[in-house]
Amino acid sequence: MDSVVLETKDLSFLYSKGTSSEVAAINNINIKINKGELVGIIGHTGSGKSTLIEHFNAILKPTGGSVFLDGNDIWQDKKNIRSVRFKVGVCFQYPEYQLFEDSVEKDVAFGPKNMGLSKEEIDLRVREAVEYVGLDKSYLEKSPFDLSGGEKRRVAIAGVMAMKPEVLVLDEPCAGLDPIGRKTVLDLIVSYKEKTNSTVIVVSHSMEDIAKIATKILVMNGSRLAYYDTVRNVFSHVSELVSMGLDVPQITQLFLKLKNAGYDVRTDIYTDDEAEKELLNLLKRRGNNAQ
Amino acid sequence: MSAFIEFRGITFGYPNEEGVVSDNVIENFDLKIEKGSFVAVLGHNGCGKSTVAKLCNAIEVPVSGKVLVDGLDTADDEKTLDIRKRVGVVFQNPDNQIVATIVEDDVAFGPENLGIEPKEIRRRVDEALKNVGMYDFRFFEPHKLSGGQKQRVAIAGIIAMKPDCIVLDEPTAMLDPRGRHEVMSTVKRLNKEFGITVVFITHYMDEAAKADRVVVMDKGKIVLDSSPREVFSQEDKLRKIGLDVPPATHLSKILSKDGVKIPDNALDMDELFENIRAILEA
Repeated sequence: MDSVVLETKDLSFLYSKGTSSEVAAINNINIKINKGELVGIIGHTGSGKSTLIEHFNAILKPTGGSVFLDGNDIWQDKKNIRSVRFKVGVCFQYPEYQLFEDSVEKDVAFGPKNMGLSKEEIDLRVREAVEYVGLDKSYLEKSPFDLSGGEKRRVAIAGVMAMKPEVLVLDEPCAGLDPIGRKTVLDLIVSYKEKTNSTVIVVSHSMEDIAKIATKILVMNGSRLAYYDTVRNVFSHVSELVSMGLDVPQITQLFLKLKNAGYDVRTDIYTDDEAEKELLNLLKRRGNNAQ
Repeated sequence: MSAFIEFRGITFGYPNEEGVVSDNVIENFDLKIEKGSFVAVLGHNGCGKSTVAKLCNAIEVPVSGKVLVDGLDTADDEKTLDIRKRVGVVFQNPDNQIVATIVEDDVAFGPENLGIEPKEIRRRVDEALKNVGMYDFRFFEPHKLSGGQKQRVAIAGIIAMKPDCIVLDEPTAMLDPRGRHEVMSTVKRLNKEFGITVVFITHYMDEAAKADRVVVMDKGKIVLDSSPREVFSQEDKLRKIGLDVPPATHLSKILSKDGVKIPDNALDMDELFENIRAILEA
């Protein structure tokens, strides 16, 4: 059986609770996230994505319901909150703005140091984390401020990975990056997950990115949970997603168009390889001599 | 057509703590933006795109060379206000650009600073909000809007100053799919219906594909400058400098390499769909 690492029960967060301007940022969220899953979170701006992940590591305290980590209610005993923050590592949007040390090594070591680890363990973790994000040892001595935008982003991500969290949460890790920076970050997330077998949660506005890396998709809409399901099942709700301000990947849109025009094609196509295969099949089936 | 913005042999670098410019961000840079055109600017992080945006309306002035806006030299302090009336800049993060607590006050901020009389401001604010499709939200508090709506309010704030040109620096980077679509179609419309010159800086290849002209920068220099179709036919070259082609162009190439007799340069999925249908119905 799959083991649940993170669970929310009737989780709600109200701003200005008890006043006339009370408003729900998230409302009655029930999810169970299994160990080793790579969850993509999508949702329109203001749908509650960031509020939700801020509950995963106890930055926000629920105004209703509970969050369970490894079966334990994280707010049961306030003394545990610190350890929750080490077990669930959150990397916020534009994390490179939070770099502050004068070397990459010191910056990445900041988290493990706070955990009170030994010097040897810290060194080991820093080296490992820097490797996870695809930077070689020569970067350790460099000032983070001399690096390119994409490299800074990766250093910031390494800083969270170095804490070896059970659950790694990344809020828009590719925002503002150029295509190669985006691809590098996506690849490193997938390889980190495979190497460490940890649970990873990624918030993104890019349907393409989520389709490429996620094993499951969580959809937030107007502070509520709309779907938590496999990539295929979620992206099969095309019209619902569009009405929520979301979409399906561009490549999927092509197959939906073909289907609507009466061609017999699959519409659960998310990658170039799948698209190539399906289109070649379609052409072959139609006895087409174009090839 | 005449050049509305002209970069002539520009060199520019940011000064370090001692006030000395050691590394140039852009060097010997020449570019002419024609009046009424829609120009996309592409390039990897740190290639100098945002510097170009800031040079367009005298936020920065060149170390050497000249930037002329409608013939006005951006290095001439006395012309700064005239230049900013003509060229407005919209940045990536809508939250950093909103100054007022009510949408219509925010849009009025620019024209107020230009010393325009209240009646005319009222008229311009209403018109600008209508043009970006945000008139119904004029009494809203900006923080209650979505990212795409905030960004359209920021655009309204610029067009209320009646500029000839809008420069947008990654205006969709923080937006959800609908927000991206809203901003893109608003900007397209301002260009087509009102002839406003648009300089659109982006990391999204499919957005650049909608421009009339694509300028590709690498290490502070222009390496490609042509129609989207021409530029995106150079997939290898683009990849080498950290860029990409739109998904539809890439898939067209794959099919073409597989021996399918299909144009290998579709710019979007609608075009690729038509190309595939043409084969199937042949």
